[in-house]
Formats: sequence, C-alpha cells, structure tokens
Amino acid sequence: MSMPDTATPDRQHLSPRPACPTAVAPDARPLVALRLTVNNHPGVMSHVCGLFARRAFNVEAILCTPVNGGQVSRIWLLVAEDERLEQMVRQVRKLHDVLDVRRRPAGGEGFARLAECMAAWERETAGQ
Amino acid sequence: MPTHTPSRSTSGPAPGAAPAPRKRQPNGADLVIRLLERQGIDVIAGIPGGANLPLYDALGRAGSIRHVLARHEQGAGFMAQGMARVTGRPAVFFATSGPGATNTLTAIADAKLDSVPVVCITGQVPLSLVGSDAFQEVDIYGMSIPVTKHNFLVRSVEELAEVIPAAFRIAASGRPGPVLVDIPKNVQMAPVDQAVFDNPPLPGQPAPPPAPDPAGISRAAALLDAAKRPMLYLGGGVVASGASDMAVQLAERAGLPTVMTLMALGAMPAGHPLSLGMLGMHAARHTNLLLAECDVLLVAGARFDDRAVGKAERFCPQATIIHIDIDESELDKILPVHCGITGDVGLALAELLPLLRTRAEAGREAWLTRVEECRRRHPFVMPGADDPRTPYGLIRCAADAVDHDAIVATDVGQHQMRTAQAYPLRGPRRWLTSGGLGTMGFGLPAAIGAALARPEATVLCFTGDGSLQMNIQELATAAEEGVNVKILLADNNALGLVRQQQELFYEGRLVASSYRRKVDFARIAEGFGVPAVDLDASEHPLRDLADALRAPGPCLIRVTVPAGANVYPMVPPGADNLHMIGGEPEPGDAMPALSEDDDDSDTHADATGGRHVHA
Repeated sequence: MSMPDTATPDRQHLSPRPACPTAVAPDARPLVALRLTVNNHPGVMSHVCGLFARRAFNVEAILCTPVNGGQVSRIWLLVAEDERLEQMVRQVRKLHDVLDVRRRPAGGEGFARLAECMAAWERETAGQ
Repeated sequence: MPTHTPSRSTSGPAPGAAPAPRKRQPNGADLVIRLLERQGIDVIAGIPGGANLPLYDALGRAGSIRHVLARHEQGAGFMAQGMARVTGRPAVFFATSGPGATNTLTAIADAKLDSVPVVCITGQVPLSLVGSDAFQEVDIYGMSIPVTKHNFLVRSVEELAEVIPAAFRIAASGRPGPVLVDIPKNVQMAPVDQAVFDNPPLPGQPAPPPAPDPAGISRAAALLDAAKRPMLYLGGGVVASGASDMAVQLAERAGLPTVMTLMALGAMPAGHPLSLGMLGMHAARHTNLLLAECDVLLVAGARFDDRAVGKAERFCPQATIIHIDIDESELDKILPVHCGITGDVGLALAELLPLLRTRAEAGREAWLTRVEECRRRHPFVMPGADDPRTPYGLIRCAADAVDHDAIVATDVGQHQMRTAQAYPLRGPRRWLTSGGLGTMGFGLPAAIGAALARPEATVLCFTGDGSLQMNIQELATAAEEGVNVKILLADNNALGLVRQQQELFYEGRLVASSYRRKVDFARIAEGFGVPAVDLDASEHPLRDLADALRAPGPCLIRVTVPAGANVYPMVPPGADNLHMIGGEPEPGDAMPALSEDDDDSDTHADATGGRHVHA
C-alpha cells in the first residue's frame, strides 16, 4: 500500500504515540500479525471479530482492505502471542468465509506506518 | 432477470392468451422449495408468519413436502434435530422473521454443540426495510453467528441457487452442524428465470471426509501395541461418521475396555463384555476408577467435555492420549495430547484396525481380568429396577417392553442421567439427548421429529415435569400428527438436578427448585388429545405400562417419583472423576451419604490397589 507523504512539516504530532500499537502487547507479550484472506461480503468482519471476542482473545489492531477487484478482502489482525494462539488460528480456519490464514511476527514498522497514516487523517479531521 | 411481461398472474391464463396456458413464472420461494425437494427433504417442521408466507405459498403449491406445524419455533427446531439425529442427514425447519427467528436460537445452539446437521430457513423483512427497525425485524444473521456452523443472508434471488445447496453441503460436511439461511421477503417473491428453475444446480452433498495422516495412524498403533492397560473412549463423532461397528471391531481385536460419552451411547451395544458404559460425572464407579488406571487412551470423535473428563488436569493421569477428530481445533483444546490425528474417525479406525496386535498377541488378559474385578467390586447400583414406579424402574421396565430398535429421547435432568446409565441401547442413532447445551424442553419435540423420520419405530421420550413444561405445547403437534411417541414422565414436582446440587453443594438450602403447585399432567395431555396413563393409580403398573407402549400413537405415562431421590454416583462440578459421591452398594442403605473425605480416601485406596495388581 502506498501512503502519500503528507506529514513532513510537523512530525511532532507523531512522536509520542500512546495509542499506536508496537511489537509488544500492553502486557509485554510479543505481537503476531495474522493475515486472513476472506470472502468480501457484509458480515465477514462480524464472523471474524465475533470469534475472537467470544473466545476471550484480545485483538490489538485490525486492518481490512479489499484485494483483487473486491471479490476477496485481506484482514490483518494484530494479536498477542500466547499459548492459545494456535487454537484461535484453528478456530479461524473453520470459518467458511476465511479462505487462508497465515501468520508472521509483527515488527512494529508496518503498524507504525499505518499509525502515521492515521495521524495524518486525525489532523485533517481536526481541521474540519 | 428482466421479464417482458409485468403480469405475474397466478389465476390462470389471461383472456385472449395463447391456447396453451402459460406457466406461472416461478419466484424465489418456488426455487427454494424445488431445491429442498432435490435435497431429498420430505418433511419440514415450522411455523408461518408474515415474512415467510411466500415460502409457505410455494410449499403448498408444490405439494411434495409434508409440513408439520409446530406450536413454537424452538419445537420446530428440535423436530428437525430429531429427524437429523436418527437419519444422519440434514433436516430443515422454517420460521418467520423477528420473534419466529429468535425462538429458533436455542434449538440452533443445541445443534451446534452436539454437531447436528440442520438447516434453518427464516423469513426476513424485505431488504429495503432491513436496518429500519421494521415490524418483526431482528438481525438474525448477526444473532446466529455464534451458534451456527455458518449462516447466510440472501441478498438476491440469484444467490438462492448457490446458497441452498451450500447450506446442505456445509451442514453435512466434516463435523456436522447447523446452518441458518435468512431470506428477505422480496427475494422470496422475486421472479426466477424459468431456465434456472427447470435446471437447478445439483443438490449439496457432504464433502469427502478428510483422510487421516498415515504417520499418525502408525504412531497410534505403536502406542496401543505397547500398552499394558489401554482403553477406548468413544464420542459422538463415532456415531456421526457411522463408525460404530468399526469401533466395536477394533475394541474386540485389541481387547480394549470401552467407555462412551453421553453422545456416543449405543455406539457399542450395552451388555457388550468390553463396554463400561458412560464415563464422567454420573458414570458407574468402576468406569471412572478404571480410566484412572489406564496407560494408553484412544479417544475417537470426542472433545473432552468437562462433564465427561471432570477436572481436565487430573483426567487419566497415567495415560498417553491418542486423539482422533475430524475437527482439528478440538486437538489440544482441553488437554495436550501425545498423538493427535485430524481426520474422519471411521477412516482412521479402519486404517488403525489391521495394524493393531490382537488381544492375545498383546497379552491383554491380565488387564481385562482387572477390569472384571473392578466391575464386580464397584458395580453400578440401580435401586428399584424391577418396579416401574421408581426412577430406574420406569426406564428398565419400559426398555423391557419394547424391541431393540426403539428410539430413546430424553429431556434434561435426573431422568436423563438415569436413562443414560440404565437404558440398554443396542445401536447408534437411537439415542437423542441434548448433551452439550443441556436444553430442557428438547425431549418431546425431538421425539416427534424422530417418529416422523422413523414412523415404524416406537419412540420413547423420558422426561421430567420441569423439562416437559418447557415445550409442552408440542403435545398438540404429537396428537395432530399421530406420531408413535411414548412420553414417560418421572414427575417429582421439582427441578430435581438443581435440587440435588443444592442438597449436596449448597448445604441443603433448597431455593426455587420445587414447584409449590402440582400439575395434573394426565389431564393436560388429554386436553391436547394425547391419551394418558397414571401409573400411580394403577393396580397392575407393569401391565398398564406395556399396554400403553404397545398401543399405536402418542401417549403420556406418568409416575410420581420422590424429589429427594438423587442420581448417583456424582462427581461434583469441577472436581476430578475419582471424587465420586454415592452409588456404593451398601446392603440396607441404598444411598449412603459419604463425606468428601471418606469418599476421597476410599477411591484413592482403590485406585492404588488397582495399580498394585499390575505392578
């Protein structure tokens, strides 16, 4: 994803990032990024988020974008690495609208860049 | 699809039309009924309402599917479950939008927890009104997500042709489960291209079952061959995959004493020399004692429910566990297993069987002798089994009076646990009980569904007064359909299992567990058109029971049982399975009240003694 660099003049807005996810969860466990490929239709987010909520598994951040012309979407979930993660991944794989699940260790950079992008939106909104 | 003529007349050809009368153009509802016919559906339970009237109109026009008008949508859901549980094939029920849809949720959740393939088709307000808080609008799609295997909100008539077969495929594939299809009224009424209607897609069929990993099978065989005290643990997945015979063959070949979960009862016939019956909270004492001694446990199609395994960390502490399940997420969920195999249980057992050393080759006689000794020392105690006016006697005497093919449904409570302990089930798919959700009110409508699917069978429905009152309105359905359902009511005018827990674990403080007013169930039944027999008033209760069971059609047989008669043995919720209360054979005192300490020392001494035999 390309991000327009609109934030050059006043980066001080970004430097303390209290709400920005980093590579560790608030309780200092390392974070993992789950990459889900899902059918793109209304209700898929409910299925995915509801599953995490009802199995009492916290999600630190969510990003969802359509891919390939909108037939499918990509959902990125940032979650804490713990002993129940494998169980959660198996539960996610059972959802019929979830076509693929992969995971990778979450470095902070990707989400930090996303936070920059959001910070820009915040500024624009604040100016309204 | 655009149509050339705006008129969709249902009242025959218009004046001046061509001589051959034009066929009425089918709509979405007609297509749904056609797709259901092609799935082999011949009975649908349900209740009509504003938002599913087009479906009912199409059902009536087609005339090919018998509709059973339930008195409550939960009843319709359990009727569908009854059909699905005895046949193993998906069954369908209908409900309208709003309250009709919310009323289905308990039956759907019950099907989810017990892995029963049902398809619930709800009407929804027209799409243009969805989200507007329209009359009888609820977001049943959103509400049913956590309790379904999958669900659909059909947004166009074109989707119907895909969604209906997909619903059946999903419900029946892999681990079965419930699917909800929510169809807005405008989709039901939208015209369907005649070509699509005449050549609809193929029926949805279950996907081929996943083959187990051969390396896992070899490891399992090696572990079992080396075992000194192996046991087999069967769950509902064995019944679902049609693997009961295979499981029995495997147990016989390798000489494996076998326990079953509540859901698997009947998978190995009662009375089989290797059967130790149900394990867990209300198991016979010897069953739980022997599990604590086993060194290798083969678990097939089960999910380590807490009512079965008790405190999971203390379950089978000496055992290496092999776990076969079609649902990968069940492996390592409750207990870390030493050998997990994802795959169809039937396929896995069939591959495992020829690899195993036989009972003689593996030298299992010492273990099997120990099993028999433990069974003799700690037999299951069934007071009053010969008297139909006792809690156990009602079950045993009814079983004696019907043939081995009778179907047995239960409600939820003390009568359910007693039926699980005492009814001699001879085969799979004859046992209908709400295992995972424990839904009071399950029994009667599930029994009606079973009788609809197996009209030649006698269906016994063991129930209690608390449970029966939760779907008692379905007595009207039973009478209307003339189903061969015999309701056996053990009436203690109380919520017996609640009362039992209050007595045992809340220092005897009985709160809200007894009814202050007695219900005249015989008169209620007769008011609904169901004949009733009150064994309390009978001079020849055995004969009257047998006569009532023999007469065709529905019947209610009632007997008063004491509210203070508890179900034993009992493992307290959260305790380990060796912590059994009661159920000891004591001459002159059928139900000794053991203190927890006494019970503990006794069971530990016994378990140790058992190990010494093989030390």
